[in-house]
Amino acid sequence: MRFRYQTRIEMLRAAAGAFLLMAAALLVVAIALRPGQIVLAGEERPSVENVQYASPLEVLLSPDGARLYVLCQGSEEIRVLDAASYAVIKSIAVGRVPRGFSLSPDGARLFVTNSWDDTLSVIDTGTLAVVATWPVGAEPSSVLEDREGKRLFVANRISNDIAVLDAQTGVEEKRLLAGRGSSYLTFSPDGSRLYATHVYPNPSPHRTAPESEITVIDGSRAVVVDRMPLHEIAGVFHLAFSTDGRLGAVAEYHPKNLVPLAHLEHGGAFEDTLTVFGADVGKPVEVPLDELERYAAQPFGVVIAPDKSRLYVTSGGSEMVTVVDVPRLLRFIHTHPAPFVQDLSASANYVVARIAVGMNPRGLTLTRDGRRLFVANRLDDTLSVIDTRTNQVTSTIKLDGPKKFSALRHGEQTFYTARQSFQGQIGCANCHIDSTFDGLTWDLEPDGFGRDIVDNKLLEGVKGTEPFKWNGGNPNLPTECGPRTEKYFWRAEQFDDLTRADLVLYVRSLQPRPNRWKLPGREMSPAQERGLALFTRDVDKFKKPIPEYNRCSYCHSGSKGTNQKLFDVGTRKSTDNSGMLKSAPLTGVALTAPYLHDGSARTLEEIWTVYNPEDKHGRTNDLTKDELNDLIEYLRTR
Amino acid sequence: MKKLHMIALLLIAGTTVFAAPAPLAVPKASGPPQMPRYRFENFTTANGLPDNHVYSVLVDGDRIWAGTENGLSVYENHAWKTYTTKDGLAHRAVLSLALDKRTGDVWAGTMAGLSRISGGRIDSFTQLNSGLSNDVVYGVSVEGENVWVATAAGGCRFNIRTGQWTLYNERNTPMNEIWVYAVSATPTKVYYAVWGSGVLEFDQKTGRWDKYDDPDGENEMVLFKDQGLIHEIVTSVSYVDNILWAATYFGDSRYDGRYWHNFLTKDSGLPSNFTNTIKGVDAKRAWFGTDKGLAYYDGVNWAVYRPSLQDGKPEMTVRDAEGKVTPIAVTTAPAHNYVLGIDFQGDDLWVATAKGLSHGIRQQK
Repeated sequence: MRFRYQTRIEMLRAAAGAFLLMAAALLVVAIALRPGQIVLAGEERPSVENVQYASPLEVLLSPDGARLYVLCQGSEEIRVLDAASYAVIKSIAVGRVPRGFSLSPDGARLFVTNSWDDTLSVIDTGTLAVVATWPVGAEPSSVLEDREGKRLFVANRISNDIAVLDAQTGVEEKRLLAGRGSSYLTFSPDGSRLYATHVYPNPSPHRTAPESEITVIDGSRAVVVDRMPLHEIAGVFHLAFSTDGRLGAVAEYHPKNLVPLAHLEHGGAFEDTLTVFGADVGKPVEVPLDELERYAAQPFGVVIAPDKSRLYVTSGGSEMVTVVDVPRLLRFIHTHPAPFVQDLSASANYVVARIAVGMNPRGLTLTRDGRRLFVANRLDDTLSVIDTRTNQVTSTIKLDGPKKFSALRHGEQTFYTARQSFQGQIGCANCHIDSTFDGLTWDLEPDGFGRDIVDNKLLEGVKGTEPFKWNGGNPNLPTECGPRTEKYFWRAEQFDDLTRADLVLYVRSLQPRPNRWKLPGREMSPAQERGLALFTRDVDKFKKPIPEYNRCSYCHSGSKGTNQKLFDVGTRKSTDNSGMLKSAPLTGVALTAPYLHDGSARTLEEIWTVYNPEDKHGRTNDLTKDELNDLIEYLRTR
Repeated sequence: MKKLHMIALLLIAGTTVFAAPAPLAVPKASGPPQMPRYRFENFTTANGLPDNHVYSVLVDGDRIWAGTENGLSVYENHAWKTYTTKDGLAHRAVLSLALDKRTGDVWAGTMAGLSRISGGRIDSFTQLNSGLSNDVVYGVSVEGENVWVATAAGGCRFNIRTGQWTLYNERNTPMNEIWVYAVSATPTKVYYAVWGSGVLEFDQKTGRWDKYDDPDGENEMVLFKDQGLIHEIVTSVSYVDNILWAATYFGDSRYDGRYWHNFLTKDSGLPSNFTNTIKGVDAKRAWFGTDKGLAYYDGVNWAVYRPSLQDGKPEMTVRDAEGKVTPIAVTTAPAHNYVLGIDFQGDDLWVATAKGLSHGIRQQK
């Protein structure tokens, strides 16, 4: 029964050679997936380039149930399928890296957020054509129209807010403060309240438990009226309501970043949980989805059956859908005093099935009668169709795209899956949410318990920034992603050479997202220009030369902002084994708070206002406050 | 002699060409002018406030926010709830408050930073963790997506959307001193009240700064009435209907973009020249918070509301255009004469004082 739901990819090791040439020399690789799913042969794999996978991320049904809309993030389109035959009706091109979509309440319009374009595509569902493209905030991630058709709400991940737009013109009315990494929106069934979640934790004091929230917005006034705290949660995804509005549930990560990661074998890295709330529950309660050896890694999508009998949750890392018996869950909650989130025996009381689906399942939707459940499997370009009476996958819809997985694709699958880790608990994507970061500091084991607390870093643009780790201990990505990850993170040794090579290939391929602080072209704002001058200066304000090692532009040189060398910048803490730290790349530095090797600086400002008393982290103590602000304005363009 | 002639000419010119328009003639009626009357209900620690020293007050629909020396309190459904540093407030002493009417967020200027209260969550900005120029935040005002801040080391503008801080000080504005006491921001103009450096004006359209000083410099002597800003030590500004109302510790001013009109105790109904706060109702009317009571000016007449300076009993006086002062019988008064903050709730009034918060409930008669 162990890993009953888990897929196994067994690849023969490739012959030696550079990884880009490996494909040609491979022996047959037989990947035994579940019946009805894709079987890969090991012949020549597609080149990394010129391969575009559909990568279905979200799925919706039209109000009449006749059509299935699939948001394909990889091919940057919406595919419209016949919900009965699954035949493709049309593919509609949208913007770059679409992330979320929704139908207007009358079903006449489909709204799509294009996260790398900062636009919203408006699709007429009658003509299946894009009829408008509206500019919105930074990295729009989901969108909802209110019941009256007056306003659109758009969750913007980078600007940490929710934009309120005129639903007819797209003109922005205002922005509401949301949680950090604002991403997913859900209306209460009566349309009176909008609930918003966010994928990165809100700022909190150093080495304290992460704090997140569900932002509650009055739908008619479009103002924030409440924030439901989610203690110890970092990574909050979809939220669903029962049709009577009495039960809400949100999928979330519960990291245990304050204890050493060595505790993975004790279920110690993440809890995969739901927080349930509403009149049926009373006070919000966090409930675990995990069971010993059956982890529900990376919970993402959640829906509740129309009759409130079942609740379904996708787990992107565990490649399954967890089925929760709602009455049993409520009974359990009402008879067991919380907290029980760390009780791995709890879920047996209400989880009634764990259904294996495709790779990296994300969005899901139920038919109106609750009989069929569609699941978007992002990393194998399929939709799983589940019969909710039998909890069986009855068919798998293959979306058009490359027939075989490239090395890059395999690397991406490896990045997201949890199957490589001890008992399938975590994957790379647990800490690098959507291949980014998590905003947390961790106590990683090899340096000693409680020693060398480290801030998690952004992976975008990581290629060419070796060595890795804050102390520069890992000379290259294969070491970083291979032995280190296996031994200290996964507590397992399961990577074969090919898998490791493909994982490295994927990590190296991660490109920085568009920088929202940069002006068009090479233009800079006056503040940014002044900041650049400070960044590159070699004399201080008293006309004294600044030594090379103490200039911003020396250590943070090059396009990625690192000269890849180690320096003592005076930030060593009593818990650190060494003060020599690698100069951190500046890619996307505006996004990645907290800062410094141990995350002790909550903001960019604190790097210099608090943690640079000896002027070792660059000559900055001669700067006025407005000059420091200019420097930061420049850094945000990196 | 030539000089004397010049002064005489200027005096004449000042009283004719450059003088502010004369107050509208008020038809004579029997008795004193009808000025608004209030029944004051006072809040202190005895009925829920965390401290009697109330620096600031803000009306937010049915909710009232009070910035006290010991926390930020909100009055809702007949009960006070207090936020403290434990909730994330930057400091216990809340000096100023502003409402973002679009989002409902409240901004609080404290003795150690600026706090944003949004849906119960408090985020605080300090000079260490953000681009804020100084932790002592005397004033705050919200306009569109910008939060304008007055601090002990200059002014700031925080763009909520971009997160950018822009600082205003002696290096990039005509500010001689950087002790900024208050700010009033509107889509067209932003005014800073600068202690010892007059009023600073920022034109939102052109991005240019202008400065208004006391023509007499730092002298306490007023050579020409209504010649310009009454004094350099400006404590409060309020820009309403294209009219600037400015309070100083040595009298108050009204400026319509062309003419100044100044108010002193000696020639108006102002109860004291020492004015902590001023709040314009519209182009004609304004409220004044002084160290000797609360005053209202309707464009012609004055009313003063306070505990009597002699015996502490509730007192209201009305001063008409001719300077005739008439006492009005009242049974309630603001909690204290030292008035620090004023805000409006429909016809009602909320007043922050040194010894309590007062709710002025408008009486029909």
